[in-house]
Amino acid sequence: MASPESPDSPPWEKIARDPDFRRLLADKIKFVVPATMFFLIYYFALPVLVGYAPKMMSKPVWGQLNAAYLFALSQFFMAWILAAFYVRAALRWDREADAVLKKFDLK
Amino acid sequence: MNGAPFLAIAATKSHTALWMFLAFVAATLAVTWWSARHSSGPAAYFAAGRRITGWQNGLAIGGDYMSAASFLGIAGMIAFNGYDGFLYSVGFLVAYLTVLFVVAEPLRNTGKYTMADMLAFRMSPRPVRAMASLSTLTVSTFYMIAQMVGAGALVKLLLPGVSYEMAVVGVGVLMIIYVVFGGMLATTWVQIIKACLLISGSLLLSVLVMRHFDYSFPKFIDAITHVSFHKNGVLVTQNFLEPGLKFGAAVTHGWGPLDMISLGLALVLGTAGLPHVLVRFYTVPDARTARASVVWAMIIIGAFYLMTTFLGFGAATILTPDNIVVDGKPNDNMSAPLLAQALGGEVLFAFISAVAFATILAVVAGLTISASTSFAHDFWTNVVHHTRAHRPDEEVLVARVTAFVVGAISIVLAIKLQAINVAFLVGLAFAVAASANLPAIVLSIFWRRFNTAGAVTAMAVGLASSIVLIIISPSVMGTDAKALIYGAPLFPLKNPGLVSIPLGFLGAILGTLFSRERASAAKFTELEVRANTGLGAEKATER
Repeated sequence: MASPESPDSPPWEKIARDPDFRRLLADKIKFVVPATMFFLIYYFALPVLVGYAPKMMSKPVWGQLNAAYLFALSQFFMAWILAAFYVRAALRWDREADAVLKKFDLK
Repeated sequence: MNGAPFLAIAATKSHTALWMFLAFVAATLAVTWWSARHSSGPAAYFAAGRRITGWQNGLAIGGDYMSAASFLGIAGMIAFNGYDGFLYSVGFLVAYLTVLFVVAEPLRNTGKYTMADMLAFRMSPRPVRAMASLSTLTVSTFYMIAQMVGAGALVKLLLPGVSYEMAVVGVGVLMIIYVVFGGMLATTWVQIIKACLLISGSLLLSVLVMRHFDYSFPKFIDAITHVSFHKNGVLVTQNFLEPGLKFGAAVTHGWGPLDMISLGLALVLGTAGLPHVLVRFYTVPDARTARASVVWAMIIIGAFYLMTTFLGFGAATILTPDNIVVDGKPNDNMSAPLLAQALGGEVLFAFISAVAFATILAVVAGLTISASTSFAHDFWTNVVHHTRAHRPDEEVLVARVTAFVVGAISIVLAIKLQAINVAFLVGLAFAVAASANLPAIVLSIFWRRFNTAGAVTAMAVGLASSIVLIIISPSVMGTDAKALIYGAPLFPLKNPGLVSIPLGFLGAILGTLFSRERASAAKFTELEVRANTGLGAEKATER
């Protein structure tokens, strides 16, 4: 690991101030913050609804399957779909990160 | 439902199971021997040379994470309490979104072997590493004792002529061998083999459950909504899809729902702070592979927890709680093995028992290596010796000795604690991970001002509050004979997360604001670039 004092150390400060790098960070935040808020709310809605409105959640919705079970089941698909969105966005961030490194002749 | 035939065979121990156990042990020892020959040097020992591929690491994360508590415990909870047991399954998967979004890639890009590497990056390394190492050892030891006690109780039931003590010693010695001789590479492959066994065993059982219902979902669901069994001597018919049978406000003096939320918080935030999960991200070549491995893990873990529907509700409907009995007493942990026995006879019972055994071994091996890595790398090298390298292989030697000591201590404790219900220790491990580790990890990635005092305070407050709250909770205190401490619980929730996690974050913020440190903010710039570009990240070793 090169320490920042050594002469061949990468120009951390310069990269950090680079507009393309700042845009990359902003892009990531724009995805990660809302996506995290969404899955936390979606997930905690389950124990809250099941815990405090058990009557409502026991109502059969689809055949004999009730709202509680279907909502729990939907959490699995929510997690997978959100992960797929993240991966798609992350492929774009990878290209942007590589472009930043190329600009500084580091890749 | 006629349950009599199952009752008759319910307590049969199986010689076939013994042979399958031995086959698994032989396979894993061969892997250990091969690993020992193919690795030398610290990067090989601690991080499998960083050459594990994405899907391999995904399987290994699954193998590291899906414990016997999930496999046997959740199946049993669904079999006895229906829907509320399934509620557990959900949190274990959703938790990986936190790992994927926030932790995996920055950790891989900025660290070397342990969680503390990332924290120490921009902080004063000695206090942060000492604290992180303490937290890692605490989480790993609690979790390990719970696993070992479970292993002893389980193996005693499954194998003829094996006592509790023999089972605990056997599991302990095997995990010591994997970790001491085979390091991370052997541990990884034990976890991969276990994940494959667990998935195929669960899949087989699920298909057999559906065959029992002529592959008709409506028939299966109809049976779930009408489960007849004896409750306090009275035959009752219950809808097992109905929420609230275990955690409902009506059956828990009103605290159940809040306890569920508290547990959910510890799961969703704690998984991303579990040291034995975090170290897995150092075994892959780069952050992109780390990301891919989380996605693979989510596919595998999600598929497994989805199948708990078939295992748990299958046991509830085909066996009914009346027939999940060992030595005349209801035993929810035996739901999955007994279901296997009912559906596939002795051979399937033996196979599922061997899967449960493999499950325990893979998890304890993962815990042992993360504990010994943290002690050797964080405490020995960086705290005691100020990062000055002594002999080149000293770090690995210290880790091997630590693995041996941790294993020996766990064996002794597991035998001593035999009679005590230690299941709450798993909850405690997640609570500590969520309250102590996660605030420090997240804030060190996202908050420029965050500093050494903040990180140390966060970990100390999170660790202490989780432990204190659980000691005064109904998990430990009670007014019946089984309670570890006699007396009315002072804290109403079994899971401390709801209080201890905010306290951990509060500690982080206050510790930071009440101290001044310029270096950590300056170093944040470098961390930001490293975390987001992978520049300067540890490379895979040459073959």
